[in-house]
Amino acid sequence: MLTYDTIESLCRAAEEAGQPISQVVLADQAGQMEASPEALYARMLDSLRVMQKAVQAGMAPDLRSASGLAGGDAAKMQAYAATGGLTGTFLNHAIARALAVSEYNACMGKIVAAPTAGSCGIIPGTLLSVLDEGRCTEHQAVMALFTAGAIGMVIANRAFIAGAQGGCQAECGSAAAMAAAALVEVSGGSPRQCADACAMALKNQLGLVCDPVAGLVEVPCVKRNVGGIAVAFTAAEMALAGIRSRIPVDECIDAMREVGEALPCSLRETAQGGLAATPTGQAVKKRIFGTQED
Amino acid sequence: MTFRLRKANNSMNVFDIIGPVMIGPSSSHTAGAARLGQVARKILGAPAVRADITLCGSFAQTYRGHGTDKALIAGILGMNPDDERIRTSLQLADEQGLEYSFHTANLPGAHPNTARIALTDAQGHTSVIQGASVGGGNILVSEINGMRVAVTSQYNTLIVLHHDVPGVIAAITNVMACSGLNIGNFQLSRPQKGGHAVMTIEVDGDVPPALTDSLKVLPNVISVELIEAV
Repeated sequence: MLTYDTIESLCRAAEEAGQPISQVVLADQAGQMEASPEALYARMLDSLRVMQKAVQAGMAPDLRSASGLAGGDAAKMQAYAATGGLTGTFLNHAIARALAVSEYNACMGKIVAAPTAGSCGIIPGTLLSVLDEGRCTEHQAVMALFTAGAIGMVIANRAFIAGAQGGCQAECGSAAAMAAAALVEVSGGSPRQCADACAMALKNQLGLVCDPVAGLVEVPCVKRNVGGIAVAFTAAEMALAGIRSRIPVDECIDAMREVGEALPCSLRETAQGGLAATPTGQAVKKRIFGTQED
Repeated sequence: MTFRLRKANNSMNVFDIIGPVMIGPSSSHTAGAARLGQVARKILGAPAVRADITLCGSFAQTYRGHGTDKALIAGILGMNPDDERIRTSLQLADEQGLEYSFHTANLPGAHPNTARIALTDAQGHTSVIQGASVGGGNILVSEINGMRVAVTSQYNTLIVLHHDVPGVIAAITNVMACSGLNIGNFQLSRPQKGGHAVMTIEVDGDVPPALTDSLKVLPNVISVELIEAV
């Protein structure tokens, strides 16, 4: 039985079985949840479908959140992506997907928290891009969600996945790390490469604060999901190129916890610091909630 | 550097991380709020025609921007946290004849995301619950009809409202034992001797639908509601 307290142990279990991480996780979770692997696979496929629908619905140009702060940017990005932009259509469409799901979340759409609602655009923005571009099969994508989930469980057990506890590094950072591992797996990378990708993604988000304007999951959360996919793709590419993380992944998670605990309360989802405390952030808050504050 | 590992959360599974499937934007402000509304509706035991909701802390500050009001009303109308009608629940409430009001207040010592929900049904029966959304869509209900409880939604939980007379606990737990249900946690609360009392019973595994029916017909039992685990 897997304990999900280190990624090293997940890696070893997969290496010993000669299987991808996802396969040992699926077998283990079926045992722990007293359900068949087929039932768990079907449930994960349902989650993938919810992500796909959110990408589609989030692309609507007229989408707006209650505050008016979020919505419509995915449509702009989608139109721009067709031109190829600076980095090509693949990355630009991926940005559009991440924006779409995050904006749809802000607009009370149906999403899959992965690991949280605030970071829900990162896994769809990465994994669905690879799937939609025909670079992996649906089966591989669904299985990779088990790998991503297992990585998230270790992070939740060793550190945290809530912005209120550890800042945005705990939400978008964790999501990017989970996505990086999933990307490596669907690209044929080894469990060890998944772990390295995960480590490199975490390292690049270390210290990211949670400073939502007016306390809403909109500014800067939506765009930080885009930052998260950039980090996930680059970490996955490095790992697939054979680049190792000099700091082992579990130590990176521990570092994230230490950094998160050192963050002042004002930078942990209280909307009292960072971008939330800027003059514009304060003005936005006053405009939205000015009439009902205590 | 060394770190003490937190106690592994045995109940956590892969769908707690890739999930829940929910209506945005925030698991605390929408998913948890919808569940609090559902609990309030279950405790009332009939459709509500009036809801008076008091919000405190973060709920009070941001409920409009987060759609917490819509999620609470949706829960009171019986919707699950992943129901896409949550977005339009305030209109649905109007259509279904549910009047509602929202107030903000400071509830001393309460969790930052606390709601106090008073419901009335068509016959004029009322119920009041107080609970908090404690993160990730999880809730902690702390009070039901003036009685202190601790419903966490981590486990399937039976809420048994009954008359405070001898033998009721034995009768309830006997029926549960006979159906092979293991009790993980049991709490009893009563505001005063000889009045109403409430049992909060957390159980392992699934609760067969027939069980709540067989508990409801026991002498001195007023109501039995099952709050399903998140």
